[in-house]
Amino acid sequence: MEFLTLLQVLDSSVRLATPLLFACLAGLFSERAGIFDIGLEGKMLAAAFFSAAFAAVSGSVWIGLLAGIGASMVLSLIHGLASITFRGNQLISGVAINFLASGLTVLIAQDWFQQGGRTPSLSGGARFNEITLPFADTLRDVAYLGPIYSDLISGHTALVYVAFLTVPLTWYVLFRTRFGLRLRAVGENPAAVDTAGISVIRLRFTAVLICGVLCGLAGAYLATGLQAGFVREMSSGRGYIALAALIFAKWRPWYALWACLLFGFLQALSLRPDAVTALVQVRVPGQFLDALPYILTVVILAGFVGKATPPRAGGEPYVKER
Amino acid sequence: MPEAKTTGGAASAAPAIELRGISKAFGPVQANKDISIRVMPGTIHGIIGENGAGKSTLMSILYGFYKADAGEIFIQGNRTEIPDSQAAIAAGIGMVFQHFKLVENFTVLENVVLGAEEGARLTPSLAKARQLLTELAKEYELNVDPDATIDELSVGHQQRVEILKALYRKADILILDEPTGVLTPSEADHLFRILKGLRDEGKTIILITHKLREIMEVTDTVSVMRRGEMTATVKTADTSPAELAELMVGRKVLLRVDKVPATPGEKVLDITDLGVIDEDGVERLKKISLNVRAGEILGIAGVAGNGQSELLEVLGGYRHATGSIRLNGEEIDLTGRASDGQTRRAKGISHVPEDRHKEGLILDFFAWENMIFGYHHAPEYQKNARFMDNDAIRAETEAKMARFDVRPPLPGLAAKSFSGGNQQKIVLAREIERDPDLLLVGQPTRGVDIGAIEFIHQQIVALRDKGKAILLVSVELDEILSLADRIAVMFDGRIMGERLPAETNEAELGLLMAGVTETASAA
Repeated sequence: MEFLTLLQVLDSSVRLATPLLFACLAGLFSERAGIFDIGLEGKMLAAAFFSAAFAAVSGSVWIGLLAGIGASMVLSLIHGLASITFRGNQLISGVAINFLASGLTVLIAQDWFQQGGRTPSLSGGARFNEITLPFADTLRDVAYLGPIYSDLISGHTALVYVAFLTVPLTWYVLFRTRFGLRLRAVGENPAAVDTAGISVIRLRFTAVLICGVLCGLAGAYLATGLQAGFVREMSSGRGYIALAALIFAKWRPWYALWACLLFGFLQALSLRPDAVTALVQVRVPGQFLDALPYILTVVILAGFVGKATPPRAGGEPYVKER
Repeated sequence: MPEAKTTGGAASAAPAIELRGISKAFGPVQANKDISIRVMPGTIHGIIGENGAGKSTLMSILYGFYKADAGEIFIQGNRTEIPDSQAAIAAGIGMVFQHFKLVENFTVLENVVLGAEEGARLTPSLAKARQLLTELAKEYELNVDPDATIDELSVGHQQRVEILKALYRKADILILDEPTGVLTPSEADHLFRILKGLRDEGKTIILITHKLREIMEVTDTVSVMRRGEMTATVKTADTSPAELAELMVGRKVLLRVDKVPATPGEKVLDITDLGVIDEDGVERLKKISLNVRAGEILGIAGVAGNGQSELLEVLGGYRHATGSIRLNGEEIDLTGRASDGQTRRAKGISHVPEDRHKEGLILDFFAWENMIFGYHHAPEYQKNARFMDNDAIRAETEAKMARFDVRPPLPGLAAKSFSGGNQQKIVLAREIERDPDLLLVGQPTRGVDIGAIEFIHQQIVALRDKGKAILLVSVELDEILSLADRIAVMFDGRIMGERLPAETNEAELGLLMAGVTETASAA
C-alpha cells in the first residue's frame, strides 16, 4: 500500500474509531460499576437524531450536541431506573432501550421533518467542522512526519480530539481518584461499598449518567461530525461493536483505545476495497470487508480472544443481605 | 482464664453499648423482641444463639443495616441514632461480617481506604493508610502485605484485613459475626490473641457465634439469644457449656455424641493409589490409599481445600481419577461411562455433599422433588413407562420428613424455604433412607444449629450401628473427634496419618493438618 493511501485509510480509521471510542468508554464506566449496558446502540442512535434535529432547527451544532447528550441521558436514566432502582434485568432493559430508540427516532423524524425518517442535511454552523492544527500547512512538506501531522493528526473535528483525550481522563478518574476506586469497587462487590457507608445506588446512577453523556457524544459525532444529518439506523451496530471492543479491552481505558482503533481500521478498510486488493494481490469482495468488523465482534464475543474477566458483580442488581 | 482485669474499674463507667427494648419484625416474623443489653467498655462480650435466633439482625440494627421498629441505642452513654452504616462508623462501630465484604481484586490497601479516603485524589490516601497499617500490624499482630490483592490471601489474612478496615476507621467497638467458621484451629487461636490484645487496649468487642468453646475461651460476659429474645446475660466465668447450650435451645442438649464402641467388619471401601489432576493441571489427590469397614465411621480431618472435596467428588462419581476403588471387593469404574452419581447410588454409595445448596438440593424445586434426586429412576417412583408416580413420591417424602423431624413437614414447600438444618435433614433423609452400604458425608453440620446437629449426628451413628460404612469429611475437628471411630488427616492431597480418637488430641491433629509430620514435630 502506498504511503499516502495508508495515511488516508488511517485517517478514516481515526474518524470511524471516534464514535466507537466514546461508546466503548461509556460502556466502560457503566460496566465497571456493575451495570451491563447493551443499550449503547440505542442511546447513540437517539443522540444522533436529537443532535441532528436540534442542530438543523437552531443552526447551531452546540445546541444539537446538548440535545443529543440530553436524549442519551434520559435513556440512561430509564436504564438506571429499571436496573438499579427496580432491580430489573439489565439485558432486557438495554434491549428495550434499543427498540425504543430505533422506533422513536424514525417516528419523530418523520413527524418533524417529513423526509422519510431523516433530518435535513446539515451544513455550516450546524455541523462540526474540521479543525486545522497550528503549522499543519507549513509542515506538510516535511518528509513522512509532515503528512502524518497535517493529514492524520490535524484536520479532524473537535469531538475526535475530545474522544482521544477522554482515554487518559478515564484512566485517571478510574485509577487515581476516590470516585474511581469506589466505582470499581461497586462493580466488583457492592456489599463492600455498602458496608463502608457509601450509597451503592447513587454511585451506580452516577456511572450510568456518565455513560449517557459519552453515548450522547458518540451519537452527536455520528450525525453532526462524521455525517451531515440523521438517517434511520445510522448507528448500524456500532454500540455492539463498542461492547465487543470493551470485552476485547478487558474493561481498561488504554486497551479500549487500541481495540476501537482496530475496529475503526477494519471499517476504514471496507471503504477502500481497491487498496486492500492492491495489498493482498487477490480481489477481496467488498461485502467481506464490510462484514469484517462484525465477524471480529462475533469472534471476540464468543471468547476466542484470551480470557477477559468482567467486573464480578456485573449484571446483578444489588440486594442487601440479611 | 487468666485475665482478671475485665471488670472492676470498667463496671462503673458508662456501657460502651447499651440497647434498650430493641424490637424488629420482618413481616410476621419477630426477629428481635424487646432486647436490652449492656456491653461494658474494654470487654469481650459473646452473643450466642442458634441460627435464626436473631443475633445477626440485632447486630445489623447496630450497624445501621436495618432500622429497629422500637427501642433505643446508647453508645458510650449517649443516645445515638444509627440510620445507616456511615452513622455506625461515625459512632465508632466496626463490623467484621461472616462473609467478608472485601473487593477481591483490590489490594489490601485499597480495601482499607475504600469509603474512608482522605480526599478526592487517591495517592495521598493510600500513602497515609500504608503508614497506619504498619503501625497497627506492629501493635496487634495484624501482619498483612498491604500490596497483596485479596484473592492472593488466605482466609485468615482476609479476616485481618476486615479488622484493619475497622481499626483504620477508628472503631472503638468491634463486632465479629461468626468469625471462626472459616478458620483453621491455629488461625482461630491467632484471632483470639488479636482480640484479647485489642481488648487490653480498651476496645470493646462483641463476638457473635454458635460455638460454645469459643465463648468459654475468649469472652468475659455472654448473652444468650433464643427465638428473638435475650434469655440471659452472664459472666463467662460463672457458667458452663452445658448451661449455655440449654439456654440456647431451651432444653437439655447432649454435647458429646452418645455412641457405643464400633465393631468394624469387612472392608466395604478400599481405595488404592487414588490420584486426581484438576482442570488447571494441579495435582489435587496424590496417590492416596484408605479403607472403610462395615460398621465404622472414618473421619477425614483437614483444612478445607486439601483434597477432601476432590476425594468426595471422585467417590460420588462426578470427577474422574486414576488408581482403584473397590466397593465390597468389586472394582468401581473411575473414568468411563458408568462413572456418575446415579450409577454410584445404584451400587450402594450414597452421598451427602459438602455444599447442600450447590450439590445437594435444587433450591427452587419442591421438597418432594428433592427427596428423589439421584434415585429418580428407581422403579417405585415410576407410574408407568412414561410418567412418574408423583403421589407415591409425595407420600414417601411425607413419611421421611416425619422420621427425620423436618420442619415444617410440608413436601410441597420449595427447598429454599427450609432453614439450613432442615435442608440438611432433607438431604440426609434422601441418602440414609436408601440404606446404602457406604455413606459419604461432607460437612454434615455446616451452618446447622445445635439442636439439629445433635439429631444429624445421631442419625449417622445409627446408620453405623446398622453395620454400614461411613466416610465423614469435616473441617470441624470437634465433629471428627466425637463422631469418627478412626481419623485420617489430609494435607495437600495426601493422607498425613491415621489416628484413633481416643489416642489423639486436637493439638496433634492440628499439626498434621498443617502438614507437620511426626518426625518434624519431634525435632
